[in-house]
Amino acid sequence: MQENNVMPDRLNLLQRIRYSIFPGTLQRPAYRDRYRNFFNSLILHFRPRSVQERTLRFTLTWGLGGMAVVLVCVLFATGLMLKFVYQPVPDRAYESIVHLQNNVLFGQLIRNVHHWSGNILLIIVFLHLLRVFFTGAFHPPRQFNWIIGLVMFLAVLTSNITGYLLPWDQLAFWAITICTGMLEYVPGIGEWLQKLIRGGNEIGPATISIFFAIHTAIIPACLLFLMPWHFWRVRKAGGLVIPRRSDEDEGSQDEKVPTIPNLILREIVVALVLIAVIMSISVIFNAPLEAKANPGLSPNPTKAPWYFAGIQELLLHFHPLFALFIIPVFILIALVSIPYLNYQTDTAGVWFVSHRGRRMSAVAALTAVIITPIGIIADEFVIDFAAWLPDLSSVVSNGILPAVFVLAGIIMFYWLVKKKYAATNNESIQSVFVLLMVAFIILTITGIWFRGKGMMLIWPWEIAGWVEVNNP
Amino acid sequence: MGREKEKAEPTRRSFLNILWIVLGGVALAEFVAVAFAFLRPRKLKVRGEDTDSIITAGAVGRFEPNSVTAFVRGKFYLARLEDGGFLALSRTCTHLGCSVPWMEKEMKFACPCHGSTFDITGNVIEAPAPRALDIYPITTENNIIKVDARKPIKRSSFSVEQVVYPKKKA
Repeated sequence: MQENNVMPDRLNLLQRIRYSIFPGTLQRPAYRDRYRNFFNSLILHFRPRSVQERTLRFTLTWGLGGMAVVLVCVLFATGLMLKFVYQPVPDRAYESIVHLQNNVLFGQLIRNVHHWSGNILLIIVFLHLLRVFFTGAFHPPRQFNWIIGLVMFLAVLTSNITGYLLPWDQLAFWAITICTGMLEYVPGIGEWLQKLIRGGNEIGPATISIFFAIHTAIIPACLLFLMPWHFWRVRKAGGLVIPRRSDEDEGSQDEKVPTIPNLILREIVVALVLIAVIMSISVIFNAPLEAKANPGLSPNPTKAPWYFAGIQELLLHFHPLFALFIIPVFILIALVSIPYLNYQTDTAGVWFVSHRGRRMSAVAALTAVIITPIGIIADEFVIDFAAWLPDLSSVVSNGILPAVFVLAGIIMFYWLVKKKYAATNNESIQSVFVLLMVAFIILTITGIWFRGKGMMLIWPWEIAGWVEVNNP
Repeated sequence: MGREKEKAEPTRRSFLNILWIVLGGVALAEFVAVAFAFLRPRKLKVRGEDTDSIITAGAVGRFEPNSVTAFVRGKFYLARLEDGGFLALSRTCTHLGCSVPWMEKEMKFACPCHGSTFDITGNVIEAPAPRALDIYPITTENNIIKVDARKPIKRSSFSVEQVVYPKKKA
């Protein structure tokens, strides 16, 4: 054994230093293999030794979970860099961003990467949630992992909101004014909550400190704790759900293949492609930065961040108590309860439950695509309960009444599809989920692109003109 | 059998265990309370800022009846109604907190964010704003109007008692 080692006393200084750090590298090739094995087993500390061959299929996961991890890493790295330049004080924040963009080497690029990664992460985790839902990967033993995932989704959302304020431009200031203004409508504790989050009555120095602390310390710490928990639960569940056709049995055990290189190589490819895409976007499109925040001048229109555009759209149709509290809480409860509902069959691994489930989902999506715009336009121009029933308070006429109508519509849809397709409740619940999700996406799209000055509806054929007027 | 026995006669060990859990709970509650108390907003004392709280708007005669004057420093509008009474209106929209500009021609406040409009008394003309603009207390001394801009007063709608009339000189 001894003769295999190169004797340390025959080495020069640099070699001795290198030898002290990597004691294996000066040895013979056979030993290098051994060191490669050591590194591989390092990877195997957090990846299983072997995985089901079927779960490697790209169209099972679309690589979404892995993409989310990559984006979190990118955000950590760029965020750390931004932290060296950014000054979280109202009089300095905007100036420090301008300084970052104009005077710091690659400052603009780093900010762009952080901005686009943050926004894309939100989309990716949403798609990941959809993927998990539609492959039934929330059935036991994965029930609680769905909850952990939801909490992380909320963490990412919070991170986006708190980060939105930090540039301290007009866009940031007024979007956060509106978002925190929404809190006032939470019954009972609303005002207290708003004051707590703003650190006072108005958005000011205290708000920026609080948001900065949440954005740069609390959320990253939460993610560092929740992410390993999430992955550990995946492993405890025996890896990813094994994809199967609806007529296949669940227990069909497949070939197992070693993780290295089969899984690791695929993950690296996804990560590199994603990073390349993010870099390209960041080179082409700059993160927005408007004029410095002016508390006296609200721009017209003032819009919430795009991920709240759906809620903002709801606000135009419902009393604030419903749009900002009752409906979001209802959605949250529905999401949390998804893995705990009573299902007739365990459909883990089957896309859209079954063929019938697929057809019902398509019907639900189509219904939402037709009904939601009609509802928006009707409410804008025709329906006006407040004017028709002037004796009622606006909580009833603008809140309870339309909410009852919408709820009745959802329940009717549920019964109709259940009857028509003689569906299992897995399929019916899925189709209601699709209905609500597509409706919410359409509300979001309307809020982002089809609302102009004074939040008036713009028709699709007017958009080009409106954009021209506003960006001459 | 064993479980019944445990229930019947609590041992010193089980008592101490419960005590530990209770103490831990108390410590956790204390920590949460301290965390919230720590975050509770308190006015940052910066020299020179205290003078912002009470703002001297000016002499009564400076303000035309049926006019609105903006005070940027106090973040309010001083409205003089047709009958000569004064109202100090907050510039913050009661809907979601945007700043409402005064439209001189149309004689109304129009919120740019969600299209709420308010009349000169702060009453809602058009929803979605749920209530009238907040007001600030006004005092008059020697025909000088002073506005206490520290704490806005919430109200559902305008009423005559909110208007402050300068004392008529005999």
